Amino acid sequence: MIHVSTTVNGDAHELLCDPRETLLDALRDRLELTGAKEGCGTGDCGACTVLLDGRPVCSCLVLAAEAEGHEVRTVEGMADGENLHPLQRKFIEHAALQCGICTPGILVAAKALLERNPDPSETEVRYWLAGNLCRCTGYDKIIRAVLDAASEMREAT
Amino acid sequence: MAFDEETNGFKVVGTRPDRPDGIDKVTGRARFGADVTAPGMLHAVIIRSPHAHARIVKINASRAEAANGVKAVVTRADFADGLEGENWNILENLMAGERALYDGHAVAAIAATSSLAARDAARLVEVEYEVLPHVTDVDDAMQEGAPVIREGAADGSVPAGMHPNVVRCHDSGHGDPEEGFAEADLVIEERFTTEATHQGYIEPHACLGTLGPDGRGELWCCTQGHWNVQKVCAALLDVETSKLRVTASEIGGGFGGKTAVFIEPVALALSRKANRPVKLVMPRADVFRATGPTASTSMDVKIGMKKDGTISGASGVFRCQGGAFPGAPMEFTAMCAFAPYALRHVRQIGFDVMTNRPKQAAYRAPGSPMAAFAVESVIDELCNRLGLDPIDVRLKNASREGTKASFGPSWDRIGLVETLEAAKEHPHFSAPLAEGAGRGISCGFWFNHAGETAVQLALSEDGTVQLSVGTPDIGGSRASMCMMAAEELGVPYDDVRTTIADTATLGYNEISHGSRVTYASGLATIEAARDTVKKLCKRAADKWGIDAEAVEWRDGCAIPSGPNAGDFDPMPIKEIASRMGQTGGPIVGHFEATPEGAGVSFATHIVDAEVDRETGATTVTRYTVVQDAGKAIHPSYVEGQYQGGAAQGIGWALNEEYIYDDDGRLQNAGFLDYRIPVASDLPMIDTVIVEVPNPGHPYGVRGVGETSICPPLAAIANAVSNAAGVRMQDLPMRPSRILGALKARS
Amino acid sequence: MRYHTPSSFEDASALAAAATGVTRFLAGGTDVLVQLRSDLVTPDDLIDIKQIAGVRDITRRDDGSWRIGAAVSGAELAEHEALIAEWPGVVEALELIGSTQIQARCTLVGNLCNGSPAADSVPAMIAAGATVSVVGPEGAREITVEGVPTAPGVTSLGPGEVVSAVNLPPRGKGGGDAYLRFIPRTEMDIAVVGAGVSLSREGDTITAARVALGAVAPTVLLVEEAGAALVGSTLDDAALATLARAAEAACRPISDKRGTVEFRTHVAGVLARRAARIAYDRAGA
Repeated sequence: MIHVSTTVNGDAHELLCDPRETLLDALRDRLELTGAKEGCGTGDCGACTVLLDGRPVCSCLVLAAEAEGHEVRTVEGMADGENLHPLQRKFIEHAALQCGICTPGILVAAKALLERNPDPSETEVRYWLAGNLCRCTGYDKIIRAVLDAASEMREAT
Repeated sequence: MAFDEETNGFKVVGTRPDRPDGIDKVTGRARFGADVTAPGMLHAVIIRSPHAHARIVKINASRAEAANGVKAVVTRADFADGLEGENWNILENLMAGERALYDGHAVAAIAATSSLAARDAARLVEVEYEVLPHVTDVDDAMQEGAPVIREGAADGSVPAGMHPNVVRCHDSGHGDPEEGFAEADLVIEERFTTEATHQGYIEPHACLGTLGPDGRGELWCCTQGHWNVQKVCAALLDVETSKLRVTASEIGGGFGGKTAVFIEPVALALSRKANRPVKLVMPRADVFRATGPTASTSMDVKIGMKKDGTISGASGVFRCQGGAFPGAPMEFTAMCAFAPYALRHVRQIGFDVMTNRPKQAAYRAPGSPMAAFAVESVIDELCNRLGLDPIDVRLKNASREGTKASFGPSWDRIGLVETLEAAKEHPHFSAPLAEGAGRGISCGFWFNHAGETAVQLALSEDGTVQLSVGTPDIGGSRASMCMMAAEELGVPYDDVRTTIADTATLGYNEISHGSRVTYASGLATIEAARDTVKKLCKRAADKWGIDAEAVEWRDGCAIPSGPNAGDFDPMPIKEIASRMGQTGGPIVGHFEATPEGAGVSFATHIVDAEVDRETGATTVTRYTVVQDAGKAIHPSYVEGQYQGGAAQGIGWALNEEYIYDDDGRLQNAGFLDYRIPVASDLPMIDTVIVEVPNPGHPYGVRGVGETSICPPLAAIANAVSNAAGVRMQDLPMRPSRILGALKARS
Repeated sequence: MRYHTPSSFEDASALAAAATGVTRFLAGGTDVLVQLRSDLVTPDDLIDIKQIAGVRDITRRDDGSWRIGAAVSGAELAEHEALIAEWPGVVEALELIGSTQIQARCTLVGNLCNGSPAADSVPAMIAAGATVSVVGPEGAREITVEGVPTAPGVTSLGPGEVVSAVNLPPRGKGGGDAYLRFIPRTEMDIAVVGAGVSLSREGDTITAARVALGAVAPTVLLVEEAGAALVGSTLDDAALATLARAAEAACRPISDKRGTVEFRTHVAGVLARRAARIAYDRAGA
């Protein structure tokens, strides 16, 4: 087992992990942060997206051991207390989810996009989120929710 | 029409409130199949056949059983003996008996103290196979000399002399198609094929089961129907149904694929053996290899048309391959094929064919999209060659109220014409096309289903409402249920909480399938609310000392029904609820029935596509869905169903397919090479909600989930064929296929 | 499985040289961890190179050449404007791999050492004339990128050898490169065909050109005839036609789930032409 010191949603954690254990498994099984989902285990669906030092990664393709000394952020860390992140609010408002299994990964990835590009075009949103599969919505309402959240966030600043 | 007026003027229905599970689902709190744990829980792994067809000579698990952390190993011997019919098929599919029947067929399972330990031990299980000849293609499987999947599987419907792999036959229609063809100015007959596609839900099947030596158990699983899971598990494990309580988790997509049972009895069998809770989560590759793809098809369609666009005759043969078990939806394929059209001469024949592939499962309007692809392609070609407008021709032949359906009955009130008229008026239909682009039109049909339904509506002392329904919420249905209850009771939407009840707290509910939830659970919710209103009125009547019949319910209050009833102030629901303990006890409304009258639904889709003539790549540039919803309860989620169906259809038409190699092994058991549409593949998907109320629902609701996937295969094929100038008859229209067709033409 | 985090390439090399079982180096993990998760390859020793100093540095040397550390991710590469200005084809090739999430992890060196004939960045690197720096038990050496893959999943690297960096030559004046791939979707697929072109021009005339093709042979191909077809031309239709024929002639593909022999061969010619046009325009800009 490997000792891992890492920060998740701002909280320091000490974990003992199997060397083969993925960051996704450690988050879900050891920290009970089950917001990130395993949809494929091969980096093809994006349901396990978390931020590693601010960049979206598939946590199924990161070893828990690799998180040593790094900062992890998950969907559970997106809201500020009882205040939802604008993306979270807009996803509900626009009915941008049906089953909701892809939603945490998409929210985390979209958050990373808006931090880099506060005014993305529809095409930019679509390509940024191309690694987040959604089978329910046809993406239409997801894209609209992200663009609307971006607009609201721009107005707020 | 009085009913049409009744289905307008709603206060809550037709608005777009936030869904009640919204916050849970955007914060990561919602608990899906794999998101729960139990004290002492074990993790399970299933061992699967690498062969398309093989006799299982021996399974030696002794090394695995001795491995660190392993607590139980099960094989077929650990399940019930002597099952018959579909229960036997389900068992045979989820744990192979004498033979492995497809690549990925389960042969054993292991439970260990960690998922890594279980995976490591799985490699120690030695299975000796004797490889047998296999067949995976539907046409090949019908040829003389093809390996027989199961002797004696055919029922009496199969004509004599057919290969034993043909196990069921459907034959229906009326008139004489040959007579119709003789009247035609142009007859086209072509063969069409479609490949198997997977429902592609992002959440793999997952469950957590406990089954004690006393036969009592608890099961948590992602499913479209937990009463069905309960019933099947009880049968396969030979325990009593009521001793097993099943709770449906949040479900990460199903589209029909989670109507079937694949893993839950395995987890319970392991749990029984280890006497500990067992969690079983399918790896994605297993989801593709061993859970419900839809049928692949080979279809011959012949249609005759007169110069004025009248379809004078139509016939079709639809061969559906459903894997190593009977059950391919060939009767639906045949029955849906010509359903949009009022025909004097029509005949449709379906064949259910067995192959060495996984047992097909329902996928969104099972069978209908393929049939529409074949039929609507031929109609498009007829329109092209006769110089006719594709919508005018469809309007001319459209099924209407009172016309005889291709499969027999006369249509009740239906909305096909309204969708065609709305499509014709939509700016998309008349928008100029870019150079080299093509436009495609298609209609589609689905029956919709009602099914056994039980609902309970309980009042809380503060006048808020607890609604229990039994149909798992696969796309926002709790919002719709809250809305219908609120509408009926005259209370705010937020005063209703809808819960998906477990099997121990409500009567039997059929699966969330057949686009039945908003229809059937909605109808039951309305009826349960009306039952509650009666009880509320009775309490008011008692208080006022008048007859219950003299009290009516309006805007959340009991009021005297007229001046003769007496002069009393309106009595709000909150007031009645606050005193219900003293006035007769808890107020609970309920409804249990198998409703009749799920209204059928039609749609018309318009698609623009561009084809890169150098590479054969297709881009869908514009997409419009026009569909009859009967009545849209929550329009955002109706639109979502339309858009989702269209997107899945785009994938099916262009890139999704099961690819088998010569050895019968699935080559693309992952999202890398099983190519569902990604966000950058699609345009925005415009929607038009047509509302032709369904007389079989109090508010006019028709199911909307499935019809949306019926037209896309054909609409896209028509757009691509028109763009490329060559008729595409095989799906998916992968780039190499389009390029090959272009080259063959030039 | 043992997980190592050496602090130098010499240590990494020594660990690998001393290992007796299955050994893998870990940079972005987008291939290694897929294989691990799928139970295809479970290494006995996994050597994570990301804690080695300088491994994520992108450096422009005085002579205009570039050194890209072995663990520089696609996202980091795509944010380096000076590198994009000089080698846009190499950057766009790596950037095409996988999703945004994969971009945060995937590396040029990983893409190369995985040994896939369909690796997107490899045709671009070969067209660019890139080399890799290798550290091994016998010391350090520098080899061409085209010298690394020898067969699907196999490289020429010896036991204990590890790639520490990619080197790109000075771009010079009048140079441009481009990479195109064909995939069925718009994103997330493995290349069915890939084509990298790098060329230099004086005025309208091409003075040097390298063309490399991916996914059309057991390894990524440097197609010298295709490059030669461009040199001396102004990228006129005749030169493009010769280029396409040379590209097609070089193809030795297989038919598989991603494409047929005929399709790959045809599209190789199409993409070579299209990539040459982009590279030519970039060189003239």
